[in-house]
Amino acid sequence: MKYAMLAAALALSSVAFGLDGQIGIHDPSTIVLCNGKFYTYGTGGSSLVSDDGWTWRAGTRLPRTGLAPDVIHLGDRYYVYVAANIGAQPKAAINLISSKTLDPASPDFKWEEGGVVASSDGIEESNAIDPGVFLDPNDHRLWLVYGSYFGYIRLVELDPKTGKRLHPNDQPRNLAINCEASDMIYHDGWYYLLATHGSCCAGAASGYNIRVGRARKVTGPFLDNSGVDMMLGGGKLFLGSSGRDIGPGHFGLLDLGQGVQKFSLHYEADLDRGGASVLDIRPLLWRDGWPVAGENLKEGAYEIESVRTGTALELAVEGMPVGGRPGRGGRGGGRGMFAGTGAVIPPQDVAQVSTSWPAGNIDPRLANYLSQAQQKWAITAVADAGGYPGSPYFKIAIAGTDRTLAVTEDAELVVLPAFTGAPEQLWRFDELADGTWRIMPKAIPNSKSELALSAVGSSFATLGKFDPASEKQRWLLKTP
Amino acid sequence: MKVRKHYVPALAMLGCSALLAIAAGDTQAPPTTLTSPTTPEKAPGADGFIQRWLLLEPIGANGLIDSAVQAIVRKEYFPDQFTVVPHDGDKVSVGDAQLVWHAVETKNYNINLFHFARTLGKPTSNVLFWAVTIVNAPQEVRGVRLAIGSNAASVWWVNGKQVIGIYGDRQTVIDDGVSKRLKLNKGQNIVRAAIVNGGGATDFCARFLDADDKPLVKGFTVQVK
Repeated sequence: MKYAMLAAALALSSVAFGLDGQIGIHDPSTIVLCNGKFYTYGTGGSSLVSDDGWTWRAGTRLPRTGLAPDVIHLGDRYYVYVAANIGAQPKAAINLISSKTLDPASPDFKWEEGGVVASSDGIEESNAIDPGVFLDPNDHRLWLVYGSYFGYIRLVELDPKTGKRLHPNDQPRNLAINCEASDMIYHDGWYYLLATHGSCCAGAASGYNIRVGRARKVTGPFLDNSGVDMMLGGGKLFLGSSGRDIGPGHFGLLDLGQGVQKFSLHYEADLDRGGASVLDIRPLLWRDGWPVAGENLKEGAYEIESVRTGTALELAVEGMPVGGRPGRGGRGGGRGMFAGTGAVIPPQDVAQVSTSWPAGNIDPRLANYLSQAQQKWAITAVADAGGYPGSPYFKIAIAGTDRTLAVTEDAELVVLPAFTGAPEQLWRFDELADGTWRIMPKAIPNSKSELALSAVGSSFATLGKFDPASEKQRWLLKTP
Repeated sequence: MKVRKHYVPALAMLGCSALLAIAAGDTQAPPTTLTSPTTPEKAPGADGFIQRWLLLEPIGANGLIDSAVQAIVRKEYFPDQFTVVPHDGDKVSVGDAQLVWHAVETKNYNINLFHFARTLGKPTSNVLFWAVTIVNAPQEVRGVRLAIGSNAASVWWVNGKQVIGIYGDRQTVIDDGVSKRLKLNKGQNIVRAAIVNGGGATDFCARFLDADDKPLVKGFTVQVK
């Protein structure tokens, strides 16, 4: 496990997590769910599967392999589009295969060939690789974008009943130039064309970066934030290299419902994995009408603040003002009420103030944040406890202690004196479109309900059904 | 900066029925938002607030932090203080003082304790108020929450069990303190509160929230005797 090597030493520092398990892949397809498992397919026949979206393993190769497949689930079938050069580039074709299931253990696992849906003859200004399939949620028309650096990113229409090409004699539409690995999504009245600029396949020297333009129609024109048409090389940066992850490319939308969106991608080189090309899943945020690449939660000490109430989660103990209680006339000791002490007041020592805290279970509550010890939560990943798309489960404990936030049998919150690793002590953090966080327990004792941390009152937090339209279940994670 | 209001000098020691008399008849009397109930039962207001309570005249008390408030409310001031369901006009002895329970009603969302005490010529700062009401539920209701706001600290019990405690010098905010999920029994349920004020304005509000955290606006009535 990647993080296990680092977690102990960096308990309260910022540690970004890559996915766990076997995640080597190049040009991953959109991730799809099939019978509770996550699947993605990459160039050269690679395939990854996961039970939870966090820990991955090698999957079954497709019967047709090639370049940068994409997959979509329509009706009772999974349609996979696989490209291959059929001679020297840019002569290529995109083939369709389909199956009722992606699970090789199922008796329905049987692939059928669907034929060529797009091609390039090696002369025209197109390279028919890197398919991206898109179902328009407005009219349920099915589209395929494809292309690479030989010419244009192109658009053709598919038949949503069969996955095959509609109107095969119609000329494809050109949408963009000088990019590859394109995909299209729809959000709030706009169509977004995401495509990768820069060079691939050069390890840590790869310049891959994901760019985006938007249009009111699926056929474009797709303009970037400066108004430059992607047909002229435009494209707003969505995600470039950062940290130790070099060359992000091949955007794929993973919509988990209820407004929780993530995206899949690969990095050309993960420096923590020897520069290998690996899969990642990250939150998809929206700001001013543009998609923004969020980051999965990093370990650290946080104030957990309710968006709804502005109050912070704390252990329900009597707080001690940082620096001690002010005496008569304030803390200045003759310096005046507002003069302070004249010296730096150090952070509150939890070991000192916690001596008066009860030993057993304590309720949490919400209160105005005052930088006190009972308001600072250490959020740390838990090894070998599973996860969810993009992240492992986390432990939430008062920083400097083992007092752990947990869920009771009646779906209320409690802070236990010590962490035992039980599922009701494990927490999932999903960054929402506005950058706030949904926080959910892995399990509720004797219940199958999926509930989220919820600020019902200004001073009270509980678990409630997640409502995307409400601020009750939205939380800010602030540096304390 | 919070500007403390100053205690209005005592007017006179008044009996329970005088609350209305002053409010209605004496042009010199300070304004009040409280009246005496005129019907046996009352449904909650449009937003679910409980508008009818029995209030005990204030008891001197000092301290708003958690431990101080807990010590204040757990001290025994009069017999059966955690179980008694008083009647309008009942008297209890607290130290050398004889204090009276008053049935009050408001058309607002909150019970203004400052109005209550000032009208009676009682202190409003550094005081403890006891409040009791009877919630009649024709059917058992599960999964509800008591949701309150208070100025300042307060502790709340439903059917004898403490369900909320909020502390510190605070203002009344609707649904500030909220209980865990609880059950309203079929028939009578007793809601009891102890509100501790430091200085200035003092009031409280209370309602129930349903399983979806929406105000419970029907399915129960409120009664004081």
